[in-house]
Amino acid sequence: MLNLKRSGGALFLSLALLASSANAQTVKVGFIDPLSGLLGPVGQNQLRSWQYIADLANQKNWAGGPKFEIVPFDNKLSPQESLNVLKRVEDEGIRYIVQGNGSSVALALADAVDKYNTRNPGKEILYLNYAAVDPDLTNAKCSYWHFRLDINSDMKMEALTSYLTKDTNVKKVYLINQNYSFGQAVARAAKEYLARKRPDIKIVGDDLHPLAQVKDFSPYVAKIKASGADTVITGNWGSDLALLIKAAKDAGLNVNFYTYYAATTGVPTAMGAAGEDKVFYVGYWNANNEKFVGHDIIEGYKKKFDDDYYTMATYSGIAFLAKAFKETKSTDPVKVARALEGMKIQSLNGEVEMRKTDHQAQQAVNIAKWVKVDGKTVKYDQENTGYGWKTMALIPTYVATQPTSCQMKRPN
Amino acid sequence: MEFVVISLLNGVSYGLLLFMLSSGLTLIFSMMGVLNFAHAAFYMIGAYAAYTLGLKIGFFPALFLAPLLVGMFGALVERYGLRTVHRWGHVAELLFTFGLAYIIEELVKVVWGLTAVPYRVPELLDGPLFTVYSTEFPKMRGFMMLVAMLMLLAVYLLLKRTRIGLVIQAALTHPQAAEALGHNVPRVFMLVFGGGTALAGLAGVIGGVAFVTDPSMAASLGPIIFVVAVVGGMGSLAGAFLASLLIGTIQSFAIGLDWSLSGLFGSFGIAVNAQTPLYSLWKLQLSQIAPVLPYLLLVLMLTFRPKGLLGTRAD
Amino acid sequence: MADTPSKLRYRPVNIGRWLTWGLTALVMAVLPQLFTQGFAITLMSQMGVAIVFALSYNMLLGQSGMLSFGHAVYSGLGAYIAVHALNLAGAGHIWMPVSLLPLAGGLGGAFFGVLFGYVTTKRSGTTFAMITLGIGELVSTCALMFKEFFGGEGGITTNRMIGEPFLGITFGPSVQVYYLIAIWCLVSMALMYAWSHTPLGRIANAVRDNPERAEFIGYDTQRVRWFTLIISAFFAGVAGGLSTINFEIVTAENVSAVRSGGVLFAAFIGGVGYFFGPIIGAIIFTFFVIALSGYTTAWLLYLGLFFMLMVMYAPGGIASLIMMQVQLIAQKRFGRIAPHYLAAGASGLLLLAALILTVEMTYQVSVDSANGTLMNLFGIAFDAATALPWAVAVGLWLVGGLLFNIARKRVARVAGEIQAEILQGGT
Repeated sequence: MLNLKRSGGALFLSLALLASSANAQTVKVGFIDPLSGLLGPVGQNQLRSWQYIADLANQKNWAGGPKFEIVPFDNKLSPQESLNVLKRVEDEGIRYIVQGNGSSVALALADAVDKYNTRNPGKEILYLNYAAVDPDLTNAKCSYWHFRLDINSDMKMEALTSYLTKDTNVKKVYLINQNYSFGQAVARAAKEYLARKRPDIKIVGDDLHPLAQVKDFSPYVAKIKASGADTVITGNWGSDLALLIKAAKDAGLNVNFYTYYAATTGVPTAMGAAGEDKVFYVGYWNANNEKFVGHDIIEGYKKKFDDDYYTMATYSGIAFLAKAFKETKSTDPVKVARALEGMKIQSLNGEVEMRKTDHQAQQAVNIAKWVKVDGKTVKYDQENTGYGWKTMALIPTYVATQPTSCQMKRPN
Repeated sequence: MEFVVISLLNGVSYGLLLFMLSSGLTLIFSMMGVLNFAHAAFYMIGAYAAYTLGLKIGFFPALFLAPLLVGMFGALVERYGLRTVHRWGHVAELLFTFGLAYIIEELVKVVWGLTAVPYRVPELLDGPLFTVYSTEFPKMRGFMMLVAMLMLLAVYLLLKRTRIGLVIQAALTHPQAAEALGHNVPRVFMLVFGGGTALAGLAGVIGGVAFVTDPSMAASLGPIIFVVAVVGGMGSLAGAFLASLLIGTIQSFAIGLDWSLSGLFGSFGIAVNAQTPLYSLWKLQLSQIAPVLPYLLLVLMLTFRPKGLLGTRAD
Repeated sequence: MADTPSKLRYRPVNIGRWLTWGLTALVMAVLPQLFTQGFAITLMSQMGVAIVFALSYNMLLGQSGMLSFGHAVYSGLGAYIAVHALNLAGAGHIWMPVSLLPLAGGLGGAFFGVLFGYVTTKRSGTTFAMITLGIGELVSTCALMFKEFFGGEGGITTNRMIGEPFLGITFGPSVQVYYLIAIWCLVSMALMYAWSHTPLGRIANAVRDNPERAEFIGYDTQRVRWFTLIISAFFAGVAGGLSTINFEIVTAENVSAVRSGGVLFAAFIGGVGYFFGPIIGAIIFTFFVIALSGYTTAWLLYLGLFFMLMVMYAPGGIASLIMMQVQLIAQKRFGRIAPHYLAAGASGLLLLAALILTVEMTYQVSVDSANGTLMNLFGIAFDAATALPWAVAVGLWLVGGLLFNIARKRVARVAGEIQAEILQGGT
């Protein structure tokens, strides 16, 4: 739409040429994520999160001079479209990009940015990945120009299993995942870590179903039921998750669901009461944390957009950049990238460290449960459903930390 | 045993929902020769319309009103869209519905937003209908089966026992003769298209509650109902019924079976492990491909029996 | 037919044809000198790829009457073959210059054409359409399941800068890639055009128009369809290979139903009845998808509406509209209708403005309501929550609709008159 948001491209293109020369202190950050299509709502929510935090940083002058401006680009969740968008980013002279939805896009972008930076010295682009969780990105396919603000799926599973295995009621675990690299990775990690921590836990089922092809999950629920499982671990997202939980409720299946993505836009509404006291999610932050850190942001965001702020990585991302700008007194990606390595910042979930070896942010992990809002431990609901996430455990940073196989090639 | 019974129930109820959808598609195809690509889009409108109406007048009145609205919209589409395209031939008609599906999806996004709407099961239908061993069978699914059966009965009576049904059948096989006898064939076409889409709308009212009502519900169900219509035999209502139940139960049972080719080789004493070429193909389990089995069935059916289970024509 | 060459034949140089092809080549050569931005280059590169893909699709739809809903299977699998070949070449296992990579893609596409085509082309018509739909769904599901060949979610990445630079060409800068694509595009265009004049191309037309007759005079229609599909799959694979070089990555989206639907849109919008139709269609479609989506989230709606309008009022596509004018110009009667066109065009612009205004305001207050109701259209800032812009939209609809209706009737009347004159003059 030719509105304020997208005028970033059309209007600012002309204005920006003037602005950037007049005020070299404005740092443009290209936001590359789906803004239309199925995952459009998620992208819209996250775009506004970036913009909200950028405004906050500008008001409070986090970076000691430079101002942030988020320029949105719609990649339609397609790797190839993202590469088209990257060309635009290059043309407009934008040196920082952020992206999060879809490891397919992240892998494509990391690879393309790496190639571009080698082929165009002096025009380097720095890539902050705030939500794509494929472990490969900070292992076999790591890149010097890629920094991950989220915790990767192996770290999530490490934290999740260390929480799960403390519960002696957990005896039989069922795995159900989407049949593609992420779902397969979740299943593999779950089996590996559970065997290491509690060999007595039985994996009674390991299902992989095609991505977004299943309309009726009741046969899967019947299978879970037949297996006698007491716990289900799933990396499903979107309607694959909402449908699974609904079908489970319909059949009266009494198990706990441990998920990665129950808190993303759309799922809470679709899930609603069906998930009460049954659905858990593992993530780096929870709005209903012990001291309600970030409550001002949540409330301000709700007031401004009538939506929920949950992508806390936007806060970490801007904080990282701001600190690097301040330290290097420069906005040059080459210097900033060097400064980011090993940098520590205070974010909404405590201290976050950008590990030097693989550019994977190290931080504490939350486990939360879907419950009715009670006003005390659970103040904030999600999507006006009357349900919110109650913090069940805070797993310290060192527990989730994973070794890396990354052999980073650093430019001289 | 518990698994068999519940899988059968799940399969049959899902199959019946598929039938509600594919019956409209089949009717339209047999009458007009139009493969309605937008059929699932009408299903989606049905769900959304029932959600909005339901907020004002409750679920059960919406159950009647929403399909009616969808049918009226369908009739308008036929009158002012399809009829214009009709003179360009079947490919153009097919492409018209193909484009219509895109536009309906976009319009739904504009009106109801991009995310799922909280379309909930009404109080009366919430909860278990009965319990098989320890698994509950939800009332909603029972209701789904009931509505589908009633619909089947109504359509059957309409086609076989009423005058308009006779005209429809006549226009189906001999449009010129029917026209010569003074029947308004274009109006019959409009009625059939409206009626077919109304059936899709009815399925939407039920399916939207039972599953999720979001803008992707049409695209995710669209190809499957084609499979049903083709496997059953283009234009055969009985075939569509058979194929719906078949596909519903096949999917339901296949999910429960962890058979794989490597297991089959294993029983012949041939060891298959990660070093074997094409290992990822051999280790693939039946349960993993269950949701795409219908497409496999479609390809096999069209290769070996192109007229479908109970169809009469091959092309 | 064997004795044809021995006959003495007078064959004038076809100036028109040489001129058309020469101009096309010239335009392709000059374009990147005019539009030098990286995004413009990549846009034009993708247009080149889309042209090859759409033309290959039209071998089926336009020339052989086969409506396929799964053509991306061939371009996508061709692209996968190409990317594996490039990686093997990069690792030094096989020798293959990057410039010949599309050939690998083409052969890959043709291979799968032989395989799947044998099943799909047994029938024509609706059955063919349905079976391609089924195969398309199967292949795109497999693409996510088998990580070894398809690379899983991340797809397969590659590096096109392999081997020693030849005459300074490294294929690093995207301009060099553009020229490679342009050359392949031109060659493919010429080959596909030539194909439509071969005996197979001609008999494919016959099978499309009247399969019974074609069968009766001794042709195996199934085999004709199969061969046509293999050749079409080859060129689809070439397009896949070209996109591999352009993007240096191949993912599951290359075989997706979205791609298959897209090429159908492109070919149909351009016009399936003429050879050059899909070329126009590919250019417009690529523009819609890549460029327009940068400016408006409603791009899918615009594309859908445009497609529907074409289906309803110009099923011959843009090409048929152009050919109608060419005919008028050749008859030296274009001047008479031109003013009416101008009037229709001007009132049509009013309607377009009305449409854009309505759609953008609706999106602003519904889908994008969280961003507020202030918006900016064509440099004019206003608030979509106030009545004035909506009144303007209604006014534009009314005035535009009224004027357009008048102009449309005039155009139709004059066109009818000219048609009648031509008929009278001709006899």
